[in-house]
Amino acid sequence: MRVAPVSRAAGVERDFEAFILPHLSYLYALAVRLLGQRDGAEDLVQEALLRAFRGFRRLRHRERGRLWLTRITTRAFYDLLRRRGGEPWTVPQEDGDFDLFDTIAEDDPFPYSDRLHLDFLELFDSERIIAVLAALPPGYRTALILAYVYGFKAREVAGSMGVPLGTVLSMLSRGRRRLERELWQFATTNGLLHREDRR
Amino acid sequence: MITCREAVARLWAYLDRHLGRVEAAELEEHLGLCLHCCGELRFAQHLRERLRASGDPAVDEATRRRLEAFVSGLGEVE
Repeated sequence: MRVAPVSRAAGVERDFEAFILPHLSYLYALAVRLLGQRDGAEDLVQEALLRAFRGFRRLRHRERGRLWLTRITTRAFYDLLRRRGGEPWTVPQEDGDFDLFDTIAEDDPFPYSDRLHLDFLELFDSERIIAVLAALPPGYRTALILAYVYGFKAREVAGSMGVPLGTVLSMLSRGRRRLERELWQFATTNGLLHREDRR
Repeated sequence: MITCREAVARLWAYLDRHLGRVEAAELEEHLGLCLHCCGELRFAQHLRERLRASGDPAVDEATRRRLEAFVSGLGEVE
Protein backbone atom coordinates (compact mmCIF):
# COMPACT_ATOMS: atom_id res chain seq x y z
CA MET A 1 0.00 0.00 0.00
CA ARG A 2 2.47 2.61 -1.15
CA VAL A 3 -0.27 4.97 -2.25
CA ALA A 4 -1.92 5.50 1.11
CA PRO A 5 0.70 7.71 2.82
CA VAL A 6 0.96 9.98 -0.22
CA SER A 7 -2.81 10.27 -0.43
CA ARG A 8 -3.04 11.06 3.27
CA ALA A 9 -0.43 13.79 2.95
CA ALA A 10 -2.20 15.26 -0.05
CA GLY A 11 -5.44 15.06 1.88
CA VAL A 12 -3.96 17.04 4.79
CA GLU A 13 -2.68 19.68 2.38
CA ARG A 14 -6.09 20.07 0.78
CA ASP A 15 -7.70 20.08 4.20
CA PHE A 16 -5.33 22.77 5.41
CA GLU A 17 -5.91 24.86 2.32
CA ALA A 18 -9.67 24.68 2.76
CA PHE A 19 -9.29 25.59 6.43
CA ILE A 20 -6.86 28.46 6.03
CA LEU A 21 -8.06 30.37 2.95
CA PRO A 22 -11.09 31.95 4.65
CA HIS A 23 -8.71 33.24 7.36
CA LEU A 24 -6.17 34.90 5.03
CA SER A 25 -7.70 38.38 5.15
CA TYR A 26 -7.88 38.24 8.93
CA LEU A 27 -4.29 37.04 9.25
CA TYR A 28 -3.04 39.83 7.02
CA ALA A 29 -5.01 42.49 8.92
CA LEU A 30 -3.78 41.12 12.25
CA ALA A 31 -0.19 41.19 11.00
CA VAL A 32 -0.52 44.81 9.82
CA ARG A 33 -1.99 45.84 13.14
CA LEU A 34 0.63 44.02 15.23
CA LEU A 35 3.49 45.44 13.16
CA GLY A 36 1.84 48.85 12.99
CA GLN A 37 2.51 48.97 9.26
CA ARG A 38 2.04 47.01 6.04
CA ASP A 39 5.77 46.65 5.55
CA GLY A 40 6.71 43.15 6.70
CA ALA A 41 3.11 41.98 7.13
CA GLU A 42 3.27 39.49 4.27
CA ASP A 43 6.42 37.91 5.71
CA LEU A 44 4.80 37.63 9.13
CA VAL A 45 1.72 35.98 7.63
CA GLN A 46 3.90 33.52 5.71
CA GLU A 47 5.73 32.59 8.91
CA ALA A 48 2.39 32.09 10.66
CA LEU A 49 1.09 29.99 7.76
CA LEU A 50 4.14 27.77 7.88
CA ARG A 51 3.75 27.23 11.63
CA ALA A 52 0.03 26.63 11.25
CA PHE A 53 0.64 24.04 8.54
CA ARG A 54 3.15 22.21 10.69
CA GLY A 55 0.79 22.16 13.66
CA PHE A 56 -2.41 21.57 11.74
CA ARG A 57 -2.68 17.89 12.64
CA ARG A 58 -2.78 18.86 16.31
CA LEU A 59 -5.66 21.31 15.87
CA ARG A 60 -8.58 19.52 17.52
CA HIS A 61 -11.28 22.20 17.45
CA ARG A 62 -11.50 23.79 14.01
CA GLU A 63 -14.27 26.06 15.20
CA ARG A 64 -11.65 27.73 17.39
CA GLY A 65 -9.31 28.12 14.44
CA ARG A 66 -9.29 31.90 14.56
CA LEU A 67 -8.02 31.92 18.14
CA TRP A 68 -5.47 29.22 17.28
CA LEU A 69 -4.20 31.26 14.33
CA THR A 70 -4.13 34.40 16.45
CA ARG A 71 -1.92 32.67 18.97
CA ILE A 72 0.42 31.41 16.24
CA THR A 73 0.66 34.84 14.60
CA THR A 74 1.20 36.60 17.92
CA ARG A 75 3.98 34.16 18.83
CA ALA A 76 5.56 34.64 15.41
CA PHE A 77 5.41 38.40 15.96
CA TYR A 78 7.00 37.96 19.39
CA ASP A 79 9.81 35.84 17.92
CA LEU A 80 10.39 38.43 15.21
CA LEU A 81 10.81 41.15 17.83
CA ARG A 82 13.05 38.90 19.92
CA ARG A 83 15.38 38.46 16.97
CA ARG A 84 15.63 42.24 16.76
CA GLY A 85 16.76 42.30 20.39
CA GLY A 86 15.27 42.82 23.83
CA GLU A 87 12.22 41.40 25.53
CA PRO A 88 9.25 42.34 23.31
CA TRP A 89 6.53 42.50 25.95
CA THR A 90 8.51 44.64 28.38
CA VAL A 91 6.80 47.98 28.74
CA PRO A 92 8.18 51.16 30.24
CA GLN A 93 6.81 52.48 33.52
CA GLU A 94 4.19 55.10 32.79
CA ASP A 95 4.86 58.41 34.44
CA GLY A 96 1.87 60.08 36.06
CA ASP A 97 -1.79 59.86 35.17
CA PHE A 98 -3.29 61.15 31.98
CA ASP A 99 -7.05 61.38 31.68
CA LEU A 100 -8.23 62.00 28.12
CA PHE A 101 -11.81 62.72 29.16
CA ASP A 102 -10.68 65.51 31.49
CA THR A 103 -8.08 66.80 29.03
CA ILE A 104 -10.70 67.19 26.30
CA ALA A 105 -13.06 68.93 28.71
CA GLU A 106 -10.36 71.32 29.90
CA ASP A 107 -8.88 72.08 26.49
CA ASP A 108 -12.34 72.34 24.87
CA PRO A 109 -11.11 71.80 21.32
CA PHE A 110 -14.62 72.10 19.87
CA PRO A 111 -16.01 75.20 21.58
CA TYR A 112 -19.36 75.17 19.79
CA SER A 113 -20.03 71.49 20.36
CA ASP A 114 -22.24 69.99 23.02
CA ARG A 115 -20.73 66.54 22.37
CA LEU A 116 -17.06 67.38 22.31
CA HIS A 117 -15.90 63.98 23.56
CA LEU A 118 -17.67 62.21 20.72
CA ASP A 119 -16.40 64.85 18.28
CA PHE A 120 -12.89 64.06 19.43
CA LEU A 121 -13.28 60.31 18.91
CA GLU A 122 -14.79 60.87 15.47
CA LEU A 123 -11.49 62.40 14.38
CA PHE A 124 -10.11 58.86 14.39
CA ASP A 125 -10.92 56.79 11.33
CA SER A 126 -9.49 53.30 11.01
CA GLU A 127 -6.18 54.48 9.47
CA ARG A 128 -5.62 56.89 12.33
CA ILE A 129 -6.52 54.26 14.93
CA ILE A 130 -3.91 51.97 13.38
CA ALA A 131 -1.36 54.81 13.46
CA VAL A 132 -2.06 55.57 17.12
CA LEU A 133 -1.87 51.91 18.12
CA ALA A 134 1.38 51.64 16.17
CA ALA A 135 2.92 54.27 18.43
CA LEU A 136 2.41 52.10 21.51
CA PRO A 137 5.06 49.71 22.85
CA PRO A 138 4.47 46.24 21.30
CA GLY A 139 3.25 44.71 24.58
CA TYR A 140 0.52 47.29 25.07
CA ARG A 141 -0.30 47.31 21.38
CA THR A 142 -0.71 43.55 21.17
CA ALA A 143 -2.86 43.29 24.29
CA LEU A 144 -5.12 46.16 23.24
CA ILE A 145 -5.52 44.92 19.66
CA LEU A 146 -6.41 41.39 20.68
CA ALA A 147 -8.76 42.46 23.47
CA TYR A 148 -10.46 45.55 22.10
CA VAL A 149 -10.14 45.44 18.33
CA TYR A 150 -10.77 41.70 17.97
CA GLY A 151 -12.69 41.08 21.18
CA PHE A 152 -10.73 38.17 22.62
CA LYS A 153 -11.15 37.45 26.31
CA ALA A 154 -8.29 38.40 28.61
CA ARG A 155 -7.35 34.76 29.22
CA GLU A 156 -7.26 34.20 25.44
CA VAL A 157 -5.01 37.24 25.08
CA ALA A 158 -2.80 35.85 27.82
CA GLY A 159 -2.61 32.50 26.04
CA SER A 160 -1.77 34.16 22.74
CA MET A 161 0.94 36.34 24.26
CA GLY A 162 2.27 33.54 26.47
CA VAL A 163 2.04 35.57 29.67
CA PRO A 164 0.02 35.15 32.89
CA LEU A 165 -3.51 36.54 33.04
CA GLY A 166 -2.48 39.12 35.66
CA THR A 167 0.16 40.49 33.33
CA VAL A 168 -2.40 40.95 30.57
CA LEU A 169 -4.82 42.70 32.91
CA SER A 170 -2.05 45.07 33.95
CA MET A 171 -1.05 45.64 30.30
CA LEU A 172 -4.65 46.43 29.37
CA SER A 173 -5.00 48.90 32.21
CA ARG A 174 -1.71 50.68 31.60
CA GLY A 175 -1.98 50.34 27.85
CA ARG A 176 -5.35 52.06 27.86
CA ARG A 177 -3.84 55.05 29.68
CA ARG A 178 -1.03 55.17 27.18
CA LEU A 179 -3.51 54.88 24.31
CA GLU A 180 -5.43 57.89 25.63
CA ARG A 181 -2.22 59.89 25.79
CA GLU A 182 -1.26 58.88 22.25
CA LEU A 183 -4.72 59.77 20.90
CA TRP A 184 -4.37 63.27 22.34
CA GLN A 185 -0.81 63.62 21.11
CA PHE A 186 -1.77 62.44 17.62
CA ALA A 187 -4.64 64.93 17.45
CA THR A 188 -2.52 67.84 18.62
CA THR A 189 0.60 67.13 16.57
CA ASN A 190 -1.42 66.51 13.40
CA GLY A 191 -3.42 69.70 13.75
CA LEU A 192 -6.76 67.92 14.07
CA LEU A 193 -8.10 70.19 16.78
CA HIS A 194 -7.95 73.52 14.91
CA ARG A 195 -6.88 75.20 18.12
CA GLU A 196 -5.33 78.10 16.24
CA ASP A 197 -8.76 79.03 14.88
CA ARG A 198 -10.01 80.13 18.24
CA ARG A 199 -6.91 81.70 19.71
CA MET B 1 -16.97 55.92 48.94
CA ILE B 2 -14.10 55.51 46.48
CA THR B 3 -12.58 58.60 44.90
CA CYS B 4 -13.02 59.66 41.26
CA ARG B 5 -9.42 58.66 40.63
CA GLU B 6 -10.08 55.15 41.92
CA ALA B 7 -13.36 54.96 40.01
CA VAL B 8 -11.80 55.99 36.70
CA ALA B 9 -9.00 53.48 37.19
CA ARG B 10 -11.61 50.70 37.43
CA LEU B 11 -13.84 51.64 34.49
CA TRP B 12 -12.37 49.48 31.76
CA ALA B 13 -12.00 46.51 34.07
CA TYR B 14 -15.66 47.06 34.98
CA LEU B 15 -16.68 47.07 31.32
CA ASP B 16 -14.57 43.95 30.80
CA ARG B 17 -16.29 42.32 33.82
CA HIS B 18 -12.94 41.79 35.45
CA LEU B 19 -13.79 43.46 38.73
CA GLY B 20 -14.59 41.49 41.85
CA ARG B 21 -18.04 41.86 43.35
CA VAL B 22 -16.94 44.29 46.07
CA GLU B 23 -14.91 46.46 43.68
CA ALA B 24 -17.80 46.57 41.19
CA ALA B 25 -20.29 47.48 43.92
CA GLU B 26 -18.01 50.29 45.12
CA LEU B 27 -17.75 51.61 41.59
CA GLU B 28 -21.49 51.41 41.00
CA GLU B 29 -22.11 53.29 44.24
CA HIS B 30 -19.74 55.99 43.04
CA LEU B 31 -21.33 56.14 39.57
CA GLY B 32 -24.73 56.54 41.18
CA LEU B 33 -23.60 59.83 42.67
CA CYS B 34 -20.93 61.20 40.33
CA LEU B 35 -21.92 62.74 37.00
CA HIS B 36 -18.29 63.26 36.04
CA CYS B 37 -17.47 59.55 36.30
CA CYS B 38 -20.69 58.64 34.45
CA GLY B 39 -19.29 60.78 31.61
CA GLU B 40 -15.98 58.96 31.90
CA LEU B 41 -17.83 55.63 31.69
CA ARG B 42 -19.71 56.66 28.52
CA PHE B 43 -16.48 57.94 27.02
CA ALA B 44 -14.73 54.66 27.79
CA GLN B 45 -17.58 52.79 26.07
CA HIS B 46 -17.35 55.01 22.99
CA LEU B 47 -13.59 54.67 22.80
CA ARG B 48 -13.87 50.89 22.99
CA GLU B 49 -16.51 50.93 20.25
CA ARG B 50 -14.19 53.05 18.15
CA LEU B 51 -11.43 50.47 18.50
CA ARG B 52 -13.76 47.58 17.72
CA ALA B 53 -15.27 49.32 14.70
CA SER B 54 -11.96 50.39 13.19
CA GLY B 55 -11.97 48.54 9.87
CA ASP B 56 -9.38 45.90 9.10
CA PRO B 57 -6.60 46.88 6.70
CA ALA B 58 -7.51 45.11 3.46
CA VAL B 59 -5.18 42.70 1.72
CA ASP B 60 -4.59 43.78 -1.87
CA GLU B 61 -5.20 41.34 -4.70
CA ALA B 62 -1.53 40.78 -5.56
CA THR B 63 -0.61 40.01 -1.94
CA ARG B 64 -3.58 37.69 -1.59
CA ARG B 65 -2.53 35.78 -4.71
CA ARG B 66 1.02 35.41 -3.38
CA LEU B 67 -0.26 34.17 -0.02
CA GLU B 68 -2.59 31.68 -1.70
CA ALA B 69 0.31 30.43 -3.81
CA PHE B 70 2.39 30.15 -0.64
CA VAL B 71 -0.33 28.01 0.97
CA SER B 72 -0.53 25.80 -2.12
CA GLY B 73 3.22 25.23 -1.99
CA LEU B 74 3.43 24.39 1.71
CA GLY B 75 3.32 20.63 1.16
CA GLU B 76 6.31 20.87 -1.15
CA VAL B 77 8.27 23.00 1.35
CA GLU B 78 7.74 20.34 4.00
